Amino acid sequence: MSLIPDPVGRFFHRMASPPYFYAFTEKLMPWLTGIFLILLAGGLYGGLYLAPTDYQQGDSYRIIYIHVPSAWMSLFIYMVMAAAGAIGLVWRIKLAEIVAISSASVGASFTFIALVTGSLWGKPMWGTWWVWDARLTSELILLFLYLGVIGLYNAIDDKRTASKAVAILALVGVVNIPIIHYSVEWWNTLHQGPTVTKMDKPSIHVSMLVPLLLMAAAFKFYYVIAMLQRARLELLQRERTANWVKKMVTEQSQ
Amino acid sequence: MSLTAAFFAIIRRDLILALRRRSEIANPLFFFVLVITLFPLGVGAKPHLLQAIAPGIIWVSALLAAMLSLDSLFRSDFDDGSLEQMLLSPHPISILILGKVSAHWLVTGLPLLLVAPLLAIFLGMPGQSLGVLLLTLLLGTPVLSLIGAIGVALTVGLRRGGMILSLLVLPLYVPVLIFASNAVEMAAGGLPIAPQINILIAMLLMALVLAPWPTAAALKMSIS
Repeated sequence: MSLIPDPVGRFFHRMASPPYFYAFTEKLMPWLTGIFLILLAGGLYGGLYLAPTDYQQGDSYRIIYIHVPSAWMSLFIYMVMAAAGAIGLVWRIKLAEIVAISSASVGASFTFIALVTGSLWGKPMWGTWWVWDARLTSELILLFLYLGVIGLYNAIDDKRTASKAVAILALVGVVNIPIIHYSVEWWNTLHQGPTVTKMDKPSIHVSMLVPLLLMAAAFKFYYVIAMLQRARLELLQRERTANWVKKMVTEQSQ
Repeated sequence: MSLTAAFFAIIRRDLILALRRRSEIANPLFFFVLVITLFPLGVGAKPHLLQAIAPGIIWVSALLAAMLSLDSLFRSDFDDGSLEQMLLSPHPISILILGKVSAHWLVTGLPLLLVAPLLAIFLGMPGQSLGVLLLTLLLGTPVLSLIGAIGVALTVGLRRGGMILSLLVLPLYVPVLIFASNAVEMAAGGLPIAPQINILIAMLLMALVLAPWPTAAALKMSIS
């Protein structure tokens, strides 16, 4: 007896076929966009308007509604990328490879946004754009890991080979991320002791927490949308000689 | 041929090849010394400043020297096709790779240990931290070779792999740099260094066990 129920298995089996995936995601896109916009509107309204001003940080704390979800996404997407890469490596599913590489640039963007918003927040709060804080530093190294993945993918001409290389690199990165994270944390505490960033985590008020979670959910949907768009484009490029693409293009041009 | 015999045969072959091309051994060494010479010229020859940043300088230079020497790990074997023959052999590739990395470390990593005392004197490091510096180099440079092997295996098929290799490998070198230079710094201050050394040993053991696998997978990918 299989662990996965039959309908689910069939769904994944069909999703691995490029024409089906292409058509299905096209139908899915308006729904995803709708949910994303609703969550985004709710999160922004709650975060920028309903949530009270912080008694210490004033209004500038509101950047967390962008910063914190992006930081969460940066790690989450790396995990998705590595998992998709592993699936592609083991079962040779073309779509898993495409999902892995399409995730890389979205993840890199989120990492970059987290760094930039963090530094924008740091200037008024800590009085400096950048501190060699443990979390900042490991986020920066995460960005380099993403850039390595993207660079490697672009450097290899044959895209199937490139996907394999990227998957191996992403998996090596997954083993290394905790090691890097903890070593950077230790390095920081050894060098300068607890800094301003190590403020005791105040229990966040529910009026601030709900918009944050809404924004986090909205970012998840945004990631899926952006990743699928890239994946569809990548799929068309790779399958440009396949029959279903030719048929679709001729049907659309008529 | 048994696996052990194959492992040592690979080491022997690579060492003989390296001895016949001595400049490849010497170049990373010159680079290492040269980079360290640049630092006093750049930041000024103030003894206390140099002494304070010496562990970091020596380790960053060792990192760069190790990275630049990586290319020779698989390059010539890839070019003349002996790598393909190696992959066709009945032995597990990861063990053969471990042999190649060991030989490479003996040729490029070990010499760094031999010149390190000289550089420590250049930078005015206190005598008690010299032993620790050698110990960290002894434990850390094999890790650099093992992790670097993954990067080289991924990029060996590329014509211009040098720049991308550094982008892949340097972020993964961060933990070694942190713990090794920190241990030397602590030793200079007369503080205990056991935790750092233990972690370096743990990293070395983990790299020994885990790194050859992705390297093997990446080599198979590069050859195909």
